[in-house]
Amino acid sequence: MTDNICAISTALGAGAISIVRCSGQDVVEIVNKLFKGNDLTKVQSHTINYGFIVDKEEVIDEVLVSVMLEPNTFTCENIVEINCHGGIATTNKVLELLLTNGCRLAEPGEFTKRAFLNGRIDLVEAEGVNDLIFAETEESRKFAINRVEGNLSNLIKKLRESLVSMRAEFEVNFDYPEESDAPEVTHKMVIEELTKIKTKLEDLLNTSKDGEIIKNGINIAIIGRPNVGKSSILNHLLDQEKAIVTNIAGTTRDIVEGTITLDGIKVNLIDTAGIRDTEDIVEKIGVDKSINFFNKADLVIYVLNNNEEIYEKELSLINDNSVEKIIFINKNDLESNIDITKLQNQNIIYGNTVTEKGLDNLKEEIKRLFNFDKLKSNNYNLLANARQTALVKKAINAINNAVESTKNEVPLEMIAVDIDDAFNSLGEIIGETYKDELLDELFSKFCLGK
Amino acid sequence: MNYDVIVVGGGHAGCEAAHASAMQGVKTALITSNIKNIADMPCNPSIGGTAKGIVVREIDALGGLMGRVADISHLQIKMLNSGKGPAVKSLRAQGDKIIYPQNMVKELKSLENLTIIEAMVEDLIVENNEIKGIITQDNISYFCDSLILTTGTYLKSKILVGSTNKEEGPHGETSSKHLSDKLKNLGFEIQRLKTGTPPRLNPETVDFSKLKEECGDQTPWTFSFDLEPQYDVENQEKCYLVYTNENTHQIIKDNLTKSAMYGGYAEGIGPRYCPSIEDKIVRFADKERHQLFLEPESKFYPDLYLQGFSTSMPEDVQEKMVHSLVGLENAEILKYAYAIEYDAINPLQMYPSLESKIIKNLYTAGQINGTSGYEEAAGQGLIAGINAGLKIKGKEPLILKRNESYIGVLIDDLVTKGTEEPYRLLTSRAEYRLILRHDNADLRLRKYGYEVGLITEEQYNRLLNKEKNIDNLTNDLKNTKVHPKEINNQIKEALNIDELQSGMSLYDLLKRPEIKMEYLKDYIENIYPNDIFEIVEIAIKYEGYIAKTNREVEKMLKLESKKIPKDIDYNKIRNLASEAKQKLDKIRPETVAQATRISGVNPSDIAILTVYLKKEYSKDE
Repeated sequence: MTDNICAISTALGAGAISIVRCSGQDVVEIVNKLFKGNDLTKVQSHTINYGFIVDKEEVIDEVLVSVMLEPNTFTCENIVEINCHGGIATTNKVLELLLTNGCRLAEPGEFTKRAFLNGRIDLVEAEGVNDLIFAETEESRKFAINRVEGNLSNLIKKLRESLVSMRAEFEVNFDYPEESDAPEVTHKMVIEELTKIKTKLEDLLNTSKDGEIIKNGINIAIIGRPNVGKSSILNHLLDQEKAIVTNIAGTTRDIVEGTITLDGIKVNLIDTAGIRDTEDIVEKIGVDKSINFFNKADLVIYVLNNNEEIYEKELSLINDNSVEKIIFINKNDLESNIDITKLQNQNIIYGNTVTEKGLDNLKEEIKRLFNFDKLKSNNYNLLANARQTALVKKAINAINNAVESTKNEVPLEMIAVDIDDAFNSLGEIIGETYKDELLDELFSKFCLGK
Repeated sequence: MNYDVIVVGGGHAGCEAAHASAMQGVKTALITSNIKNIADMPCNPSIGGTAKGIVVREIDALGGLMGRVADISHLQIKMLNSGKGPAVKSLRAQGDKIIYPQNMVKELKSLENLTIIEAMVEDLIVENNEIKGIITQDNISYFCDSLILTTGTYLKSKILVGSTNKEEGPHGETSSKHLSDKLKNLGFEIQRLKTGTPPRLNPETVDFSKLKEECGDQTPWTFSFDLEPQYDVENQEKCYLVYTNENTHQIIKDNLTKSAMYGGYAEGIGPRYCPSIEDKIVRFADKERHQLFLEPESKFYPDLYLQGFSTSMPEDVQEKMVHSLVGLENAEILKYAYAIEYDAINPLQMYPSLESKIIKNLYTAGQINGTSGYEEAAGQGLIAGINAGLKIKGKEPLILKRNESYIGVLIDDLVTKGTEEPYRLLTSRAEYRLILRHDNADLRLRKYGYEVGLITEEQYNRLLNKEKNIDNLTNDLKNTKVHPKEINNQIKEALNIDELQSGMSLYDLLKRPEIKMEYLKDYIENIYPNDIFEIVEIAIKYEGYIAKTNREVEKMLKLESKKIPKDIDYNKIRNLASEAKQKLDKIRPETVAQATRISGVNPSDIAILTVYLKKEYSKDE
């Protein structure tokens, strides 16, 4: 566990600089062997040193080297960071040199893993670091930083404290039955207190849906029959808002046509099978509703042509209320042939993609539907992954159990088992309950380097 | 003289240790400074209490003495927490302080392999870190293979009353002045602990008309799984409730600096869970009154014990304090309260078998290990006695797990966490308490007692019979269906009849929160003892919760099976936090499960440790 690891910590590409990070017992000595400049083994901790990375006599790059000695570093081990001059070839060469001089390539998430194992950060914070690395918008960055700073941990800790203090009152009753002045714990009190804690956990769960949005963005699918103006809406959104990702081919996100930020929140625009006008997408969806993008979308913008009647086949899609929906009726300058009575209880916006009328309304409606105002408020005590969500649900289940049993007047020492259960589930979120496989499972998900 | 096992000290730990050793056919000597004080109860007259009552049953299940001696030596007995759930119920008896020791001595004297010797032990004979024997004050040497020290409060004991102190043990006995220095020189860490006892009063001077009576239960009870109740429920002695008042509190506040504890005359650390009255007044200043009990100590002398009023105030202040209590305005104090300080060893320096890590074949049990209470002492004494005997026979020690007994919890806590105050058992210390109940102690432990020879064939058959009865009753409940036509009034009141439409098994009925076992007895043809009904009812009614506890137990046992090699060098595990490294190195846990219980060792340390064990030792597995 104490061997020396290294990795390129910045995104590979044409950045201005790139950083190679090393952590471990001997990293100062290792880098020193490759460094022409001050003797790094003699410099003070937490200093930046100018010099060159050399391979024997050949100068590879002109660099700044940060030397940070244990224990006050991210991993609590010795850390050396080499600031190179960007460029894939140079950076790779530096990495290669380190690998041949006593470092091994860090596994995904290994720096963070070491930080966690050495007690530098708790689990929630570790997960926050991971999210921070992937944060693409300002809001998701704030969210991740909040978790790095331990906001969620603090909330969880408080709830655990409430559970413990409740247990303590039980215990006084068990162990000192004749202390007349110890408050007798009644079933009513237990139910009240548990309900309070449960409400807080449920709030956390609900706001976490928002956390999901901040982290991963809102997925919007634009659907409609051929030639109703889907592409125009898509292009308008992509042109007007700065597209931060476009056409990432060959990844799992290949159905995303583009990603924009709307008031700092990520919005992923889903390409409905490339919006190929040659193929009648509506027919296709009508046949198989489970089609991926429809289910994945947080919002469907269903586009209709004002001039055309609604197909019977479309109606089942339009009236499927399992997904949030905006009906955009395009070509509002043309004569309306749409039977509005068939669109009851639907969220309708009239517009025109040619004159760009109604498109701003569309954006406002998106913001309203997803509560952008609330999302952007500073309450970021949110759960950010499936593991945490599952554990909160488990804790809520245990509390439900406890409440149910308390109503049935089951003895309190049994209720205590449920309370412990909830307590331990919450502890697992912040890594305070030991579980054998937890670490491996968790850290395998981390990206390379920090 | 040569013995296989020598037990030093005749208190509750010593009696059980000597008995357990001798019962294994091992030549045993019990050396005590005063034979008259064997099994003495210098403090509270009660035996049992929350958690402790379950320990007494565990002792009985394993073949120890405390339960069956208490059953024939008490003045009153009751079930505590009788209105609460099954796992926190516990028996408590008021022992007769004359009869209990007499009956205990009778038991000991009947043992073939036991010799009782009166002497004060002042030195140990140790060769190459292995115990060889002891030397008495009169300079007589006794040799042994194993030694069990159960010295109670007698190591350098000091009695404190106000600003005065005397270097003696309870009852003015001389204390052992050199033994703890000897232990210190051998490498034992010595800590100074403190406990206290309240004043004893003359009943003829108490106005009982002003006090509320506390009676024993009308249901007859025994601690022992083998005895029928030996007393008349109608003829139990009474205890009485007394309350402190504003006046009492003022007297204490005015004289606080005269108390040995608050005046700075004491150095030992006292127990938080059993504070002196001055502690209670200082720490819980907003409480208007504290509850006290007035309890008889024996039928053969008058003293009443004023439970809850232990103090180290000088005698004149004690007079004022007692006389401020309603009903005790004219009470005569027969014995003044005192605090007592004594030396104890650090229990982290012993193995779960209670053998010392420092000196081979030396065992310790009871207050010397930092515990408090007769029951805690007896439980340890029993285990030390059993293990000293097993070792002589070349067998593995008996180590009870946390999911098997309170005694296991107690010993694991001591050797894993240590203690900074006198340690008392509480039900909350047992994370698996749902399965550590008073009603199933024999089911949990009797087989161990049988294996080591403390439980007779007859007693063991009683257990097998109980197990068979439990199975039979469970089957009866499963196989008997009740139809709407046949229901009795009790069920009718509790249930909606429609739910019984096609009939329901008694077993399923019993799972309903509204239904009690007593409603169902009409339908069961076979005859079972009451304790069988109780135990089966608990098993069925709380099946879900018990299963949950069992799942937790499984998890723990999995970690318990991950052994840590005895020679592990924690300094080689470089990423371990330094606090964890230090603690692990000191305590040297035997399993990963034990390591998880050490305070200051965090989950991340455990993760690192497990990875290291896998990497370093998996080839050997």
